[in-house]
Amino acid sequence: MSNVLLEVNQLTTKYITRFREDVYAVDHVSLSLEAGKSIGIAGESGCGKSTLALSLMGYYFAPLHYQSGDIIIDGKNISGMKPDDVRRNILGREIAYIPQAAMNALNPTCKIRKFIRDVMHAHYPKMRDDEIDRMAEDRFRELNLPVDSLDLHAVELSGGMKQRVVIAVSTILKPKVLIADEPSSALDVSSQKVVIRMLRDMMNAGLIGSMIFITHELPLLYNVTDDIMVMYAGQIVEKGTAAEMVFDPIHPYSRGLMRSILVPEEGTRNIKLTAIPGTPPNLKKPPQGCRFYDRCRYRQPQCQYNAVPIADIEGNRQYRCQLSVDQLRELYTAEDAEAERKQAEDTVLQKFLKDTGMNSAKEENRDDI
Amino acid sequence: MTYEELQNAPLCLSGRQLTKVFVNGKVSKTAVDHVDFDFHQGEVISIVGESGSGKTTLSKMLLGLLNVTSGTIYFKGEERKIRTMAQRRAYWNGIQAIFQDPFSSYNIFHKIDAVLDDCINMRYGRHIDKQKREDLKTEACSFVNLKYAELTNKYPFELSGGQMQRLMIARIFLLKPQILLADEPTSMIDACSRATILDMLLKLRDETGMTVIFITHDIGLAYYISDTVYIMEHGKFVESGSADEVILHPKAAYTKRLISDVPKIHEEWNLDDVFTGEE
Ligand SMILES: Nc1ncnc2c1ncn2[C@@H]1O[C@H](COP(=O)(O)OP(=O)(O)OP(=O)(O)O)[C@@H](O)[C@H]1O
Ligand SMILES: Nc1ncnc2c1ncn2[C@@H]1O[C@H](COP(=O)(O)OP(=O)(O)O)[C@@H](O)[C@H]1O
Ligand code: SF4
Ligand SMILES: [Mg+2]
Ligand SMILES: [Mg+2]
Repeated sequence: MSNVLLEVNQLTTKYITRFREDVYAVDHVSLSLEAGKSIGIAGESGCGKSTLALSLMGYYFAPLHYQSGDIIIDGKNISGMKPDDVRRNILGREIAYIPQAAMNALNPTCKIRKFIRDVMHAHYPKMRDDEIDRMAEDRFRELNLPVDSLDLHAVELSGGMKQRVVIAVSTILKPKVLIADEPSSALDVSSQKVVIRMLRDMMNAGLIGSMIFITHELPLLYNVTDDIMVMYAGQIVEKGTAAEMVFDPIHPYSRGLMRSILVPEEGTRNIKLTAIPGTPPNLKKPPQGCRFYDRCRYRQPQCQYNAVPIADIEGNRQYRCQLSVDQLRELYTAEDAEAERKQAEDTVLQKFLKDTGMNSAKEENRDDI
Repeated sequence: MTYEELQNAPLCLSGRQLTKVFVNGKVSKTAVDHVDFDFHQGEVISIVGESGSGKTTLSKMLLGLLNVTSGTIYFKGEERKIRTMAQRRAYWNGIQAIFQDPFSSYNIFHKIDAVLDDCINMRYGRHIDKQKREDLKTEACSFVNLKYAELTNKYPFELSGGQMQRLMIARIFLLKPQILLADEPTSMIDACSRATILDMLLKLRDETGMTVIFITHDIGLAYYISDTVYIMEHGKFVESGSADEVILHPKAAYTKRLISDVPKIHEEWNLDDVFTGEE
């Protein structure tokens, strides 16, 4: 039997703004996460990734409000719980969260040791300092972090090191679910790799039961998580395994995202990125039909008026589009063939110019200058 | 233009043995260490290195915002002179910059109109015809997919990060500098808007023939956008050449490591091979 650690059904949450306008930043989101598995959440800025993270933890402090749906952590439904209860009994043990830019939140002039004691006292007010210190030292050793860094101040650590410390501390209680929001985006590539490896080792060692990883860097998700979910304007528009999502995206928006990938690999330089035109809709007044309508190059007249439900397809995949999977695949195949034809034409033209000496004529002129 | 053609194009900006040493009491730190480079007209150059490698220090020297400790910068084949205010102004007509944090580069009390007006004044003078002025602003905004009508009367802080980045490119469109220097201009925005910005910059290069100097730690981005790549480690250029040469056939150990640290999609990304020497 599979061991589901997190089950979310039709979760909807909203921000109530100063002007009493509602922003539905998480709109009927469902997902399920088994022990030992990880899921990635991708999508552009403002689509609701961080709000989803807060909502999953039951962290409802104004202006964020719970509207409807269930959040079940290891069999326990936390969606009706009071935020203070959640903070005391759920956070850290059941579910842990590493917020965006967490490393910058460390008090720069506070020793790491003191920071860990404060975190632990929030959960176990009676725990003794030496007990906490021992726990911290053990955990640092387990994760190959230098134990001396406990006596350093946050300013004395490099960005990558700070982030690893934050992760080590946030997961000290071995949470069943870890939510990491852009844990490595502010770091350069080498420190990022160290952070990612540490997360992988923690998963393997059972220090974290399962993981939700948020980032807009798709190559990173592809390498880190089992599944990927793409979010657009508060809704899930597609879900599949990492390989399916990167190499065979179905939703037009996912396809657009996958074509913004930049990797230093042979051949990628010649493929033009296809930027998605326009900007996402205003979530105060989301469009009644498909939310991607304005920016979709495959849109049909009916897309503008009919809301689109999310649908299950082959395997464990889901997508949200009025066109059928076959229709979309056909459109994509035609488009790829056309692009290939253009590329071939260009190559022939370049070769022609070279052979007929038109290029070298230009070069000679330049040498004269 | 091909890489070879670009190498024969006229020189735009060069450096010889360019060095910056920061002295702080008894400690001195060499941030940029005797670098040589030749940037040509119309060339897109990336300078790639990790944080602390000296990229921002180099870009500040190129912009004339930081004194050079030793070595020489040549602008269009002649030694750059920025002693007097007039010389400085003349130089800044030729070189413009986009920075890491878009919010820091605007005067927050200036409406967006004023931001664009300043550019027009710099390039065309104050006395340009009113209609022409409006046309220029509209054209610049539409070049970057912003609607001018929606921006008038707004302040920069009312824009999203992505809109802000695009406004910055609209400025460059109006100023049409010979050289554009961009220090991590896309590190704050998501992958999707990043593609839009990169394509706008390339389009601007194709239209105006300007030289673009891209400063970044993202080697995938450098590979996509540049003709020429310089790799910087501890203030030195350890390798340079065409993008294909440097990224697909790296010679320096440092370049190889940078490339192996980036997550890939067609090749395996080996997490066990991590470099922890710095800590
Ligand atoms: N405190 C708030 N009050 C009102 N609206 C908010 C608030 N915080 C966020 N929002 C809105 O909710 C939506 C989702 O924001 P969220 O921060 O979850 O995006 P995100 O996907 O995490 O973006 P990023 O990639 O930039 O981190 C946005 O439209 C945003 O403007
Ligand atoms: N004003 C300064 N005073 C002293 N050291 C500095 C100063 N600015 C930068 N440095 C040092 O110079 C080195 C290069 O910094 P920088 O050019 O900002 O690197 P990058 O932009 O590649 O991250 C770093 O070690 C940094 O600490
Ligand atoms: S429903 Fe229509 S507009 Fe929306 S993504 Fe599908 S084709 Fe595009
Ligand atoms: Mg966020
Ligand atoms: Mg910098």
